Amino acid sequence: MFGFGILSGLLVLPLVGALLVLATKNDEAGSRNARWIAFWTTIVTFVLSLVALSRFDSKQAGFQLVERMNWLGENIVYQLGVDGIAMPFVILTTFLMPFCIAASFYSIKERAKEYYALFLLLETLMIGVFASLDLVLFYVFFEAGLIPMFLIIGIWGGARRIYASFKFFLYTLLGSVLMLIAIMAMYWTAGTTDIVKLLAFKFPSGMQYWLWLAFFASFAVKMPMWPVHTWLPDAHVEAPTAGSVILAGILLKMGGYGFIRFSLPMFPEASLYFANLVFALSVIAIIYTSLVAMMQEDIKKLIAYSSVAHMGFVTMGLFTLNAQGVQGAVFQMVSHGLVSGALFLCVGVVYDRMHTRMISAYGGLVNKMPIYAVIFLLFTMANVGLPGTSGFVGEFLTLLGSYKANTWVAFFATTGVIFSACYALWLFARVVYGKVEKHALETIPDLDARELALLVPLALLTVYYGVQPDVILNMSQASVDALIGAMKTGLGGKLALLAQ
Amino acid sequence: MNQTLSSLPALGPALPEIVLAVTALVLVLVGAFKGDQAKKLIDTIAILALVVAGFLLLDQSPGKVSTFNDAFRADSFARAMKGLTLIGSIAAIILSSRFLVEQKIARFEYTILILLSTIGMMMMCSANELISLYLGVELQSLALYVVASIQRDSAKSAEAGLKYFVLGALSSGMLLYGMSLVYGFTGSVTFPVIAKAVTGGHGAGVMIGLVFIVAGLAFKMSVVPFHMWTPDVYEGSPTPVAAFFATAPKMAAVAMTTRILIDAFLPVLKDWQPIIAFAAIASMGLGAFAAIGQKNIKRLMAYSSIANMGYALVGLAAGTQNGVEGVVIFMTIYLAMTLGVFAVILSMQVNGVRVENIDDLAGASRTNPGLAFVMAALMFSLIGIPPLAGFFGKFYVFAAAVEAKLFALAVIGIVSSVVSAFYYLRVVKVMYFDAPAPAFQTAGGEVRAVMWLSGAFVILFVVVANPIRSMAAAAAKSLF
Repeated sequence: MFGFGILSGLLVLPLVGALLVLATKNDEAGSRNARWIAFWTTIVTFVLSLVALSRFDSKQAGFQLVERMNWLGENIVYQLGVDGIAMPFVILTTFLMPFCIAASFYSIKERAKEYYALFLLLETLMIGVFASLDLVLFYVFFEAGLIPMFLIIGIWGGARRIYASFKFFLYTLLGSVLMLIAIMAMYWTAGTTDIVKLLAFKFPSGMQYWLWLAFFASFAVKMPMWPVHTWLPDAHVEAPTAGSVILAGILLKMGGYGFIRFSLPMFPEASLYFANLVFALSVIAIIYTSLVAMMQEDIKKLIAYSSVAHMGFVTMGLFTLNAQGVQGAVFQMVSHGLVSGALFLCVGVVYDRMHTRMISAYGGLVNKMPIYAVIFLLFTMANVGLPGTSGFVGEFLTLLGSYKANTWVAFFATTGVIFSACYALWLFARVVYGKVEKHALETIPDLDARELALLVPLALLTVYYGVQPDVILNMSQASVDALIGAMKTGLGGKLALLAQ
Repeated sequence: MNQTLSSLPALGPALPEIVLAVTALVLVLVGAFKGDQAKKLIDTIAILALVVAGFLLLDQSPGKVSTFNDAFRADSFARAMKGLTLIGSIAAIILSSRFLVEQKIARFEYTILILLSTIGMMMMCSANELISLYLGVELQSLALYVVASIQRDSAKSAEAGLKYFVLGALSSGMLLYGMSLVYGFTGSVTFPVIAKAVTGGHGAGVMIGLVFIVAGLAFKMSVVPFHMWTPDVYEGSPTPVAAFFATAPKMAAVAMTTRILIDAFLPVLKDWQPIIAFAAIASMGLGAFAAIGQKNIKRLMAYSSIANMGYALVGLAAGTQNGVEGVVIFMTIYLAMTLGVFAVILSMQVNGVRVENIDDLAGASRTNPGLAFVMAALMFSLIGIPPLAGFFGKFYVFAAAVEAKLFALAVIGIVSSVVSAFYYLRVVKVMYFDAPAPAFQTAGGEVRAVMWLSGAFVILFVVVANPIRSMAAAAAKSLF
């Protein structure tokens, strides 16, 4: 229980890899070494996370694999641990990283070793966010991720990369600092920032509202929720492919994870009080950003807006405060991590060939790239939420939960499912179907072995989780049930008001 | 015989200061006989004396000791702040050695003046009554006025010295006037006695005196609205001198402000808290917004230091033990970061010409990767991004403000830190995103050493945070 354990190993491994990458030479061979070191580091980290998974007992609700050490005195501690809610995200992170590295093999030629070192650093920070069991430690990881992401967008991004990187950094920083003030207030009230102890601590109701709002400011920007989502399309469009994958796949999930880990269990009264606000913002996000997505001319921007819409389902599901909604939200986040990551990889495939992301530059790809068309179709369908793909399960469960909590919310949110079909299928039709009319597309080659190796595993998993959602649901079940149970006891009779 | 011995004050607590004073006097003689050729020798001896003073500080017994009829106090707080001051002074001498020779201003007085002002600063840290405090302030200031204008041929340097002198004299006048009012209305110059006298009500005279004292102190710390001299003095004075101004005197000024407000005026916390809170907000705000338009990196650092003093005052405004602890941690980190940035500025030299515009750093990540890496770490740390040191400095001062329920102050401060993120990020942007400008030539070993040390401190602080926190906690405890 004390000292370093497997979770610390997950944090340290990528860091060691980053240092090794930095030690490579600055020439052609050096950058080849850099990427293979980075690749194998992420693979080993993934294997280690599987070992952690094998030691994880999903029937227990509490935190497992806990490590604890004094850090800043005895009340701010270095404490790591995972429960059924954190575990899927840790695995998702370690799973997506090798794909990001491999996706960058040929597209990143400039300053390759800095690039891979930053990605490995980012992996450590992301795992840290999901595994830390101390608020200050969590904040350190949560916020530190800004540095590598800022540099990744700014150095290897597209034409407007500087604008996008500044916007990303300042937007998220402004949201997070308010959370920092709230963390300090919690520290003085509860006397500790140990999350396990804080979960058992009951904050005075008057204080809960302020704390909830401060945390909301941070997580809403990170999610991102309407109307503070505007940094995301810019960041996505300008980021290199792997940066977009990480952004959509994992960074966005930190907001949702924060809601489950802190807002819901620590401030139950405030969560109940503000649930309608979240519902309203979620529904607006689902409908409005779906409409906005329809009008986009840039493929990446379209997928970025669709991410905002999908995150709307997540926030809606979380604040239904029932098991279906919360589990659906967790599932939706994991599924979206796979699907949107894969979609950005798909965009990256054609971008590497044509160096444009404009929808109008494409058309008729099915004639030249049949395999690509099949795989792209699968992920498009998963994005729409076709039954049989993982996208369906999350949307269905969150809608089920919100139907229980508030029928109107479910009604409006369901229209979003239709809109998502509109923009996703229309995108697919414009890019893939039709005749090849652009001269430049005449010689476009189909997927090569590396790209297939990248996309096929993601495709298989998307279908597998669509057919066997239990794999993830079982992992989080006990913890979610415990969370809902604790909230119910914390709220007393008030929850009945919501569930009527 | 016994009579004379016991009337002689105990010298032990002031031993570090005495060592420095004797060294300074001896060095004046050496300089007078040997002239400027002895600069290297004088530098070495001065650094040695500062290091010895540092060890003497470490050697002092941990308790509180007073001497010279309670005019001088040695406690953990004084020791911590004096230690930081010494580090600043040592760095100033090390950073300047090559620079002064190259600018042909390598005069032996420079080092001796730094030594003398260091003694003044240590007095400021230890002063337990108004008169010894004033003596310390003057000893420090007079030496600094001369150092600011050491580059006699440069109009800018002369202007910096003159500005600093005129405004400094004005502020010393205000300080003195405030002190005389406080003495007149409380009947004492000793802090603990003043504290007793103001407990449970006091007249308007004390209040006016307090305001004047705070105004005078605000000038020494360069916080708004007494900051106007800072950007010009930083830009005008030679870079190593600016590095010195930004570090050691700030440590002493914050130390004496903390001591006088806590030791003498804690009973009237409600009277000075709004003043300090206002100065903090104004400094953070001005530092954040005024720095946005700066092109010269020394001016940028001047505004950055104004903002940082504002953050330090946030901890002080809390008026609690945790607040003082936050101030000590913050100042420690501020010292390391500022020295690092100035070491980087001192490395900015293209074909023998010193450059100091932010744009001169363009593409430094390609041309001078090590320098760019350290500078980027320092910039992110100045923004306050974890896990870099700057985050923890801000964390502790803001946490103290939250504990004291100064929520508005905390929120405004932390939002202004987001604004300031913009210009710190711009430096990173210039270094990492822009096309390269001409590369800098390799800096001297001593400059690189300071740069890497401060970079390592900023990055690894997260690991060594606890010992520093414990030191700061002990320092804060000795004031309460």
